Formats: sequence, structure tokens, C-alpha cells
Amino acid sequence: MKQLDNHDRILLDYLQNHFPIKAAPFLDLAEQLGITEAEVISRVQALKQRGVIRRIGAVLDARALGYHSTLCACRAEPEQLDRVAAAVSALPGVTHNYQRDHDYNLWFTVTAPTAEAVDELLQELRQETGVAMVAMPAVSIYKIDARFEMSVKDDR
Amino acid sequence: MTDDRLLFKVADLLQGDLAVTPRPFAALAEQLGCSEDDVLKAIMDMQSKGIMRRFGAVLRHQQAGYTCNAMAAWQCPPGKENEVGEIMASYPQVSHCYQRQVPEDFPYQLFTMIHARSEAELQQVLKSMAAATDINDYALLRSVKEYKKVSMRYQLEERLRPGPKEEV
Repeated sequence: MKQLDNHDRILLDYLQNHFPIKAAPFLDLAEQLGITEAEVISRVQALKQRGVIRRIGAVLDARALGYHSTLCACRAEPEQLDRVAAAVSALPGVTHNYQRDHDYNLWFTVTAPTAEAVDELLQELRQETGVAMVAMPAVSIYKIDARFEMSVKDDR
Repeated sequence: MTDDRLLFKVADLLQGDLAVTPRPFAALAEQLGCSEDDVLKAIMDMQSKGIMRRFGAVLRHQQAGYTCNAMAAWQCPPGKENEVGEIMASYPQVSHCYQRQVPEDFPYQLFTMIHARSEAELQQVLKSMAAATDINDYALLRSVKEYKKVSMRYQLEERLRPGPKEEV
């Protein structure tokens, strides 16, 4: 796969941190980067095609919208893990679901309009899978910021 | 259309993927039957109200070169959570930092998601975090398999229904 060049990296930082809320955002970025609007558009399209950019859009605040989101975990028998994971992933409120190398081997997040709805979903999962589900709700949030520095040189 | 109705309609559409075209917001405005300026203003309004944390590109961290990712959960001395949480949150490699209610058999209250571009960088960050907080007891939970990773799709239409929205 083609390496990201410096223009791509700087563009990715701008797209994450300073996306212009303007009528012609890609023209605005082009002027800041000293390249043409057509080049910005073709680079962004290529970065989406390569899967570097998942999407361009709003990152909404679950809490401000009144939603409840909780990290949950369970201990599934290794031979049951794929089945339990499939039941978890099938829920529309589950956005992340990972096998991790720990006794608690399946970790997932559940987001729902109320705390009760989250509890109900976990109860249903328990009944469906026969595995106890543990909720680890947030007590304090110190940081939520999934942006990635792209133009800072890495160590490799 | 009231301001709030417009805000939620714009927010609903922006949960999707913006068109990569010269006038992407004009296309959204046409869909909503409002002006391009209304859409831009709604985005800025939502940012100032805290409904929208940011507007922009969401990356796939693996494809962006952040290939060494781990969840580290730290055993924090009682009462030190805020102090330690703020220190850990200050690392650029840490995307999420929470204090959580945990079960007895998992006595690690402070959760950090760490994203690094190499195993060496990950180890160096862990070492630095441990030294800065004086916490050496932590569980490192690496992802073995990704079963699901999607953006949350909020049901904002619920908020657009007329009348009170008490829950039954």
C-alpha cells in the first residue's frame, strides 16, 4: 500500500482538528495548504477509499443527548466465545465489541436512551447466552478524544 | 421549523458521511428544505451547546498507522482518582480516560485507551504513565479480535415527535 505523504498527513490533521464550517470547506482547506481544491477533494476521496478516513461528520456527545453508555465485560468459555460475541454484536446499541487477553475475555460498550434500558439489554444477554454480564459504568470522565496526530513524526 | 427541530434534523444527517464535493452543506440544506447558512449555523450552535463534540474526519486508527492499541486499567489508591485521571488524560496517546465502578474481581478503577504506532511506543507510554502516577499495578488488556466497531447512530427522530416525551 502506498505510504501517506506529508500532504496527506497534514490534511488528516486539518480534517480532524480544523474542519472548516464554511460553504466550501475543501476550497478553504486548499487555500490553507497551498494546493488546489480539486487536489484536496481527490486526496480526501483516496484516503476514504483506503480506509484511513472512516467518515466525515459530527461526533455527537452521548450524554448531552441524554444517552447512557456503559463498558461491559464477561467471562465466556473459550469454545463459547464466538457465540456469545455474536449475541452481543447483534444488539444495535453495541458499538464496540472486542475479545481481550484477560479472564474477562469479552469487552463491549452498550449505549441506550436510559440507564434502565442498558440494564434490560444486559439481562436479556444473560438469558440468551447463559453468561453473567458485568457493567462497569463511568464514575468520572477525564477524556474522550479519539483524534490521532498524523503529521508528527513517529519513531519508526 | 423551530431552532431545536432544525438542530436535531441537521445532527441526524451529520451522523452519516459528508459528501466530498465543493458544496457539501448545500446538498444537506436542500434535503432539509433550509438554507446552507442555516446548516452551518446549526453545526456551530451544536458545538457551542456541547451536543456536538466536534465536526470532522473520524479515522480508522489501524489504517492511520496506530497499530499498537491497548486498554490499560489501573489500580488507583482511593481518593487519588481525579489527580491520577487528569495526569493520564494529558497523554496524547490516550484517547479515553474514565474512572469506573468495577467488580471485586477486577480491582482496576481507572481505564485508559492507548493508541501507539509501535510496541516500543506503547511500552514507553505505559512506563511513563506508571512513573508519573506512581501506580505500577495495572491490567493490560490487548484486543485479540475485533467483533464489532461502528459509530453510534442516535435515534434523534424520537426527539422530533410532537408532544411530551415522558417514558412509560
